[in-house]
Amino acid sequence: MSSDSSPPRGTRNGLIAFAWVWVGAPLGYGLYELVRKATQLFTG
Amino acid sequence: MSPPLAPPGWSRWLVPPAALSVHLAIGQAYAWSVFKPPLEAALHLDGTQSALPFQLAIVMLGLSAAFGGTLVERKGPRWAMTVALVCFSSGFLISALGAWTEQYWLIVLGYGFVGGIGLGIGYISPVSTLIKWFPDRPGMATGIAIMGFGGGALIASPWSAQMLESFGADPTGIALAFLVHGLSYAVFMALGVFLVRVPRPADRAAAAGGPSAAEGVRVSARSAVRTPQFWCLWIVLCTNVTAGIGILEKAAPMITDFFADSSGPVSASAAAGFVALLSAANMAGRIGWSSTSDLIGRKNIYRVYLGVGALMYLTIALFGDSAKPLFVVCALVILSFYGGGFATIPAYLKDLFGTYQVGAIHGRLLTAWSTAGVLGPLIVNWIADRQEEAGRHGSSLYGLSFAIMIGLLVVGFVANEFVRPVHPRHHLPAPPKEAADVQRQQSA
Repeated sequence: MSSDSSPPRGTRNGLIAFAWVWVGAPLGYGLYELVRKATQLFTG
Repeated sequence: MSPPLAPPGWSRWLVPPAALSVHLAIGQAYAWSVFKPPLEAALHLDGTQSALPFQLAIVMLGLSAAFGGTLVERKGPRWAMTVALVCFSSGFLISALGAWTEQYWLIVLGYGFVGGIGLGIGYISPVSTLIKWFPDRPGMATGIAIMGFGGGALIASPWSAQMLESFGADPTGIALAFLVHGLSYAVFMALGVFLVRVPRPADRAAAAGGPSAAEGVRVSARSAVRTPQFWCLWIVLCTNVTAGIGILEKAAPMITDFFADSSGPVSASAAAGFVALLSAANMAGRIGWSSTSDLIGRKNIYRVYLGVGALMYLTIALFGDSAKPLFVVCALVILSFYGGGFATIPAYLKDLFGTYQVGAIHGRLLTAWSTAGVLGPLIVNWIADRQEEAGRHGSSLYGLSFAIMIGLLVVGFVANEFVRPVHPRHHLPAPPKEAADVQRQQSA
């Protein structure tokens, strides 16, 4: 992608938020499953 | 494909998610064990055969990172991420064909060989770029990415298991699961390809708060492997990883054995919980300790990993079977150091060799990981088996292994003490254009 086709600076906050949600959502799911499993150490 | 230069105003906070999209995907490799039982049942394989795709993938990771690093530096992160995406996803698609036709060799070729190249190129693809964007906090930046590799298995493990449950564990169901994995990971990794950008020299100088001393050090990958510093760090990484694997490899049976004769033995589900907690410590160590290294320095943080790690092993060996909380806390600390050791090494390399070919140097250093991957399980499993044959049980199965781990950590500690700044005869001169850019930035 050349610099000419890049979005203007004002729209980048949205792009930053989208990018972090893109990677954060599956990581959150993984962490949730991990916590569920880890609690077995104290309850199992 | 030319390296994608960032347009003016491009935020550096777009680069960590780009790196994470690749590392979270390729981290799936550590969840391969989910596919093992269904493959063994559907294609009539034994445990050794079903482990082959994973083992080949890890070998290919080491080889492609070591031999592809220079190419990655030359072609840039977008090229590398594209190669990683194509190889990793194709690996799943070839495996889907293999499961569908019940040709196991296609799964070994697809997931192990083709997918393994994707792992190696993908692992090193964002390292150099992140360090260039975050010269002020290289430990934190690479910690985020390498934490993703640990996090990938956390996502893939329950996700793959649910998929196999839905599609069925017969050849058709496994093929469908591989197909969905291949397509999903291609879409997920595409974000990294789309977002990754190389900073302009002005961005780098601005992020560093002016041209830093490290910017002046330029050592090529070819020269780096001829320096004692590279081999000291090779020993440091190898010993630290071996020590971590020493716990990881047999975590569940280990905690069960340690408290088998106590008043409160550990159940199978509690042991599974302990393994999950170790994964959390591994991940937290990657981002936490690596970020701490930006504050206290790389040499000091490795003193902690190796020195305190040895003390933790000693504590487990001497008092581990007396109290469960003590055993658990020591194991968690060791695993956090294991993760931290992986995540901090790129920043250590940057400190010593500069950013010029840090990705390629990192790729070559990962051969230490491959070596440790063989060494760690071999030590723990072989010794535990011999001790069992000798009639020992409980915590005494692991005493000798722990003594060896402590010895290895001491060797790593000493190697870290020998790390000194690289001799100027290995430095390359700064290219005239970059020197001019830096000068312009200084005068602006």
